[in-house]
Amino acid sequence: MPKVTMVEAIAMAQAWELANDPSVVVLGEDVGKSGGVFRATSGLFERFGADRVQDTPLAENMIAGMCVGMAAQGMRPVAEIQFMGFLYPAIDQIVNHMSRLRHRTRGRLSCPVVIRTPHGGGIHAPEHHSESVESMIAHVPGIRVVCPSSPARAYGLLLASIRDPDPVLFLEPTRIYRLAKQEVADDGVAAPLDVCYILREGEDVTLVTWGAIATDVLQAAEQLAAQGISAEVIDLATVSPIDSETILDSVAKTGRLVIVHEAARNCGVGAEIAAIVAEHGLYDLLAPIQRVTGFDTVVPLYRLENDYIPSVARIVDAAKATLAG
Amino acid sequence: MRTVAEFRIEYLRQLSPQGRPLDELPAFAADNEELLKMFAAMLRARTFDAKAINLQRTGKLGTYAPCLGQEAAHVGVGAAMRPEDCLAIVYREIGTLFWRGVSMTEVLLYWGGDERGNNFAVPRHDFPWCVPIATQTLHAAGAAMAFKIRKEPRCAVAYIGDGGTSEGTFYEAMNLAGARQLPIVFVIVNNKWAISVPIEQQTACETLAQKGIAAGIPGVQVDGNDVIAVRDCMARALEKARTGGGPTVVEALSYRLSDHTTADDASRYRDEAEVAEAWKTEPMIRLRKLLESRGVLDAAREQAMKAQFTREVDAAVQEYLNTPRQSSDAMFEHLYANPPPYLEEQKELARRYAGTGRPSH
Ligand SMILES: Cc1ncc(C[n+]2csc(CCOP(=O)(O)OP(=O)(O)O)c2C)c(N)n1
Ligand SMILES: [Mg+2]
Repeated sequence: MPKVTMVEAIAMAQAWELANDPSVVVLGEDVGKSGGVFRATSGLFERFGADRVQDTPLAENMIAGMCVGMAAQGMRPVAEIQFMGFLYPAIDQIVNHMSRLRHRTRGRLSCPVVIRTPHGGGIHAPEHHSESVESMIAHVPGIRVVCPSSPARAYGLLLASIRDPDPVLFLEPTRIYRLAKQEVADDGVAAPLDVCYILREGEDVTLVTWGAIATDVLQAAEQLAAQGISAEVIDLATVSPIDSETILDSVAKTGRLVIVHEAARNCGVGAEIAAIVAEHGLYDLLAPIQRVTGFDTVVPLYRLENDYIPSVARIVDAAKATLAG
Repeated sequence: MRTVAEFRIEYLRQLSPQGRPLDELPAFAADNEELLKMFAAMLRARTFDAKAINLQRTGKLGTYAPCLGQEAAHVGVGAAMRPEDCLAIVYREIGTLFWRGVSMTEVLLYWGGDERGNNFAVPRHDFPWCVPIATQTLHAAGAAMAFKIRKEPRCAVAYIGDGGTSEGTFYEAMNLAGARQLPIVFVIVNNKWAISVPIEQQTACETLAQKGIAAGIPGVQVDGNDVIAVRDCMARALEKARTGGGPTVVEALSYRLSDHTTADDASRYRDEAEVAEAWKTEPMIRLRKLLESRGVLDAAREQAMKAQFTREVDAAVQEYLNTPRQSSDAMFEHLYANPPPYLEEQKELARRYAGTGRPSH
């Protein structure tokens, strides 16, 4: 089995689908000849040609809107938006059409589209290149939001997203694009959507997270273990809709919940998770829920970005706070 | 059938790539001091550019977008504008910024990951760097609307790249400007590439200047490597806008001699021969030749200028490197004029954990 980075796994999954489903088309700015600014479509243009792997004109609303049109007529577009900060021009098409075409036409037309986009900060990037605004799209009915935390999961979840009959916003955590290699079988086996993945089992406290910061949460769990605290780490994976069951089961066991995300706190996805547990698991809680999140500010330019992204120390302290007293 | 409307796009060039005047030059070009000033501004931008790339390569600067090859377009625009006009830049136009008084240290701070680089000491009213492509064109149109409402004799100038002209926002800005006859000039710097996408794949238009036509705005193409032509063309467009004559679209034809940014490797998608060819028409050559033919510039004088700019850039680099990083408080400052109280709590939390995150690259 090859050992690959997340970004390689993402290219592998697209190659698999291009090879096995003639309706799949990869498109976006610079995804063709150059293989994408992060190389997430590397080799696809050479292998599948300019019709199946298209460099588009520079226009994100155009990309999203043409995906609606293509998908409604039987294609499966997999579009790249170069950075999440450039998703904003596409929101009209995503919200008003892509996510509700099935509903509006009573199932006559649908939008099996994947929009892939880099997510989050921590890579020393310029302004507007470090956004993590998954809650904006998680709020929209009719579209899924998916975010992997490892190469294998990226491969499996992207396959599932492309095969899904509905639109998926697929967030790719740039900070861990090349962080570690993992054995990933290029076997076309998808990983299920709409379920959380338990990354580490534990008894004392539940840590729910997703994306790049999952690697920090795992480190925090390691440090907690050294202090005699057993943390269960749950990777949300499908950010919307949320698999409440796995989270509620875990909280029933541990009685304590810490939600960790890189995005800002105010109206973040963490608030939804907290609300689910407040509604359905309140009596399981032995301590108030903690949220460890980015601050409610603009993501700073890179000199301060490490003071913005929650640190392992902050995660450890929050977990300990649920156990204090 | 009859023709109900006809359009044409003119192309302006005043110096051949070898520095030979092709026509009678505009009045300002008779003034050798003025031309030397423009030459110096181009050399200054190029000197800074090389140093900035170097700083990035040695880990002292973040991603940087070079201006190499586009100095004439940027300086020509700067020289035609008045200080009170309003500029909306993208991310490459240091030649214009420097001309208008933005400091090298500010530019380094911005690309060095520090928001203070957007807080220009001079000019206070220009818009900051603008990474989300095309968005700045509407800001310039809005600025022009403000000038028009207040009957101020001021103009707005919006830059945009060839790739940027594919964004819907750009058409909206032009349409507004045409419909309301706003005092604005759109400057398209057509450097032939939008990262890896060549202009032929971006559009079926023969010129980008003609994109103004559909908005009822005259468009003109200019040799963007001819600083005299750019300045002349801009000066006329600005004069027209300032006196109520409405907007203009100026397409400056140039070439991106560098990688897209320091994060890019253009050799992956671009033919080296094309770049080598473009070097033959780069903008410094022709102005240098003209000034040499007039006996006001020689290798020694250029060397002296270059040495002076190198010292100036080095001093700016020192100032930049010696600027202490902002504290975590900076994230919370200037977010609102009247910040909500919970931000104060978050500021405290940020202080408590400042420095516990991953080390900066
Ligand atoms: C809205 C938006 N989409 C995508 C990007 C990513 N991006 C940055 S520069 C660029 C190409 C711009 O090309 P062009 O407009 O020709 O300007 P140039 O870089 O050549 O000066 C792209 C796609 C962006 N910054 N903003
Ligand atoms: Mg360009």
